[in-house]
Amino acid sequence: MGLTKSSMGNTLLNSNIKFNKNQNGFTIALAGNPNVGKSTIFNSLTGLHQHTGNWPGKTVSNATGHCSYKNTDFLLVDIPGTYSILSDSQEEEIARDYICFGNPDATVVVVDSTCLERNLNLVFQIMEITDNVIVCVNLLDEAKKKHIKIDLNLLSELLGVPVVGTIARKKKSLNNLLDTIYKVCNKDIIPKPKKVRYLPIIENKIDLLNSKLKELFNISPNLHRWISLKLLDDEQTIIKSIESHLNINLSNNVSINNIKSDIEEEFSHIDITKSNFKDIITSSIMQRAEQICDDVCTFENSNYSNRDRKIDKILTSKTFGIPIMILFLGIIFWITIVGANYPSQMLFSFFGFIQEHLLSFANYINCPPWLSDMLILGVFRTLTWIISVMLPPMAIFFPLFTFLEDLGYLPRIAFNMDGFFKKCCCSGKQMITMCMGFGCNAAGVVGCRIISSPRERLMAILTNSFVPCNGRFPFLITIATIFIAGSYTGFTGSIISTIAVLFVIILGIFMTLIISKILSKTILKGIPSSFVLELPPYRKPQFGKILVRSIFDRTLFVLGRAICVAAPAGLVIWIFANIGINGESLLNIIANFLNPFASLMGLDGYILTAFIFGIPANEIVLPIILMCYLGNGSLVSLDDTFAIGNILVQNGWTILTAINVMIFTCLHFPCTTTLLTIKKETGKWKWTFLSFIIPTICGIILCMFTTFVYNIFV
Amino acid sequence: MNTKITTLNKLPVNETGFIYDIQCSENVKRRLLDLGIVKNTCIKTILKSPSNGLKAFSIRGSLIAIRDEDSSSIKIYIK
Repeated sequence: MGLTKSSMGNTLLNSNIKFNKNQNGFTIALAGNPNVGKSTIFNSLTGLHQHTGNWPGKTVSNATGHCSYKNTDFLLVDIPGTYSILSDSQEEEIARDYICFGNPDATVVVVDSTCLERNLNLVFQIMEITDNVIVCVNLLDEAKKKHIKIDLNLLSELLGVPVVGTIARKKKSLNNLLDTIYKVCNKDIIPKPKKVRYLPIIENKIDLLNSKLKELFNISPNLHRWISLKLLDDEQTIIKSIESHLNINLSNNVSINNIKSDIEEEFSHIDITKSNFKDIITSSIMQRAEQICDDVCTFENSNYSNRDRKIDKILTSKTFGIPIMILFLGIIFWITIVGANYPSQMLFSFFGFIQEHLLSFANYINCPPWLSDMLILGVFRTLTWIISVMLPPMAIFFPLFTFLEDLGYLPRIAFNMDGFFKKCCCSGKQMITMCMGFGCNAAGVVGCRIISSPRERLMAILTNSFVPCNGRFPFLITIATIFIAGSYTGFTGSIISTIAVLFVIILGIFMTLIISKILSKTILKGIPSSFVLELPPYRKPQFGKILVRSIFDRTLFVLGRAICVAAPAGLVIWIFANIGINGESLLNIIANFLNPFASLMGLDGYILTAFIFGIPANEIVLPIILMCYLGNGSLVSLDDTFAIGNILVQNGWTILTAINVMIFTCLHFPCTTTLLTIKKETGKWKWTFLSFIIPTICGIILCMFTTFVYNIFV
Repeated sequence: MNTKITTLNKLPVNETGFIYDIQCSENVKRRLLDLGIVKNTCIKTILKSPSNGLKAFSIRGSLIAIRDEDSSSIKIYIK
């Protein structure tokens, strides 16, 4: 659930930070494998709140921030985590392009000390591109727990670049890193990377191409070896990106092509082909990495990951894996429902009290009734309802969900569910993007970048709004509490509401699978592609940080967004409800027009109108419904959710209406922010339109179906 | 020394093998290489997904989930 000011909402639409360069200081790139704590280091150094989470692929675009040390300004660029820079997925391309062509003054490669061998792969690849590399061995605390000792001095000697050990969660340990960055930028330390030597024949050809490149193009000599290697590899996407960034033409250059075909000819005799070239290169790198690790690491306890394995055995077991998953979700919803009840009531009474006084105050200063009504009953009331209904559940749900996220549970959910997703020809990683969708669908859509196959990524984008985001979630809870739990109060009531909400969520997941299957048989034909996902070690979440981050960064921000939309919406609705033709309000006219269709769906015209008015933000659907009902005369003061229930029942709501509203809340068009994000991510209006129409049609059909069934039995 | 050649998807839970040959499609192969899965890498099956069709393997100190379709084109040898 990537929800911070910079990672969701409208800001997503213009977050294309690519090649920032610090004008007055130094630019530092932070690279590394996914999930090694880059974002944590970035946050500690810059004091920003880039969202962190325990799963690979958390950061999907470059984030930047400043920090200063010894009066020098550093611009830090947090690059998406990648395992290598040879690949072609979107985030790896962002990372590669930045390190290669962004020209940072130094590149800090953050590595996981518990998994050094594999991490060195990326270190060596980056050392091919730039000399100014600093290796930051992070998570030393975890290594210590697992009884892994690393000789950092020896590592530095073997790599030829400065090595700093850190525990990103402890800010103190980062001073050393800053100091090293400072020294490297000021040339007090000059890294001399000891690059991997490949097979002699390959080295020979690299030299050959190097001299040709030097002769032909005026480019930084640092890049020669790397470009030669890519030419030998014949990696088209990378060559294209080299050509466009450096403004040179490699693929049509006759002399380079001649050399290349000579080499190919020679290679074919010794069984080096296009398909095994990468193997040979990676094998050389990994061999070197193994040697280095043998020298610098001591494992005192070879069974260091036993505890994680035991937990994994339970959380992914055949019998308990999926029930535990549903149980976790259920517990989160239950705590939210129970915990949100009282604060909600208090807020309702508090705002009701203020509203009374505002009205009498307006009366006292002789404010014209139309103005005071518009501002107080229109704007103020809508606003305070949204706060009362939304704030408590969000303030409880977000920290709980962040807890699961930090623990490292999300990749396990993907692992558990992948089999089902595979049957529907899509990726289990879609489950992670759906979990992000619980926070904000727009953030979920952006999160789909972690899915490498374009076809599967599109499916995940189109179906993301099937999971209710936080804007719709409190609405679901309210309806479930009023109608489904109904006369049951206390513990039983809360359990019933939980089950109802859980049921809607599972319906959403189920619909996602069905629609994905249908899409994969129609407009997005294809076979399931590969699924390779790292399951990170479990990490102890930091409670304090979770609370602060989820309350300030997410809850207040999301609420702020809702309020910004709700205030004008409240005004518009009030005007629509109070201005009319021939004594009939505009709202009534629209609602009456929609009514015949709405009743087919077991709803009424006002509800449908509210959903349509709610396009800017789903949060305002319930307030609009209430405004519509109240706008027609009877003015009731709202004390709690049950007062809302009374209004709804008075306006003809039945259990069927409640069920259908819940279904339609889960399955309808996404909000404008999400739609715009989809347009941006897919680049086509066609997909945006589909993502609008698919859930809507599903919702309409399902509501009509329940109405039909209900009418037969009742 | 007795070595047996099989495919990765047939490696039972808690058993250890070594990569012999990766015959996956280019794309998958590259992902595996990125994770440091090359010839002679030690690999151990750790978990089976409850929804079937994929397993998680311990590779170079990390836990990696791979679908059976892909792991069936990875040849391994067992000592």
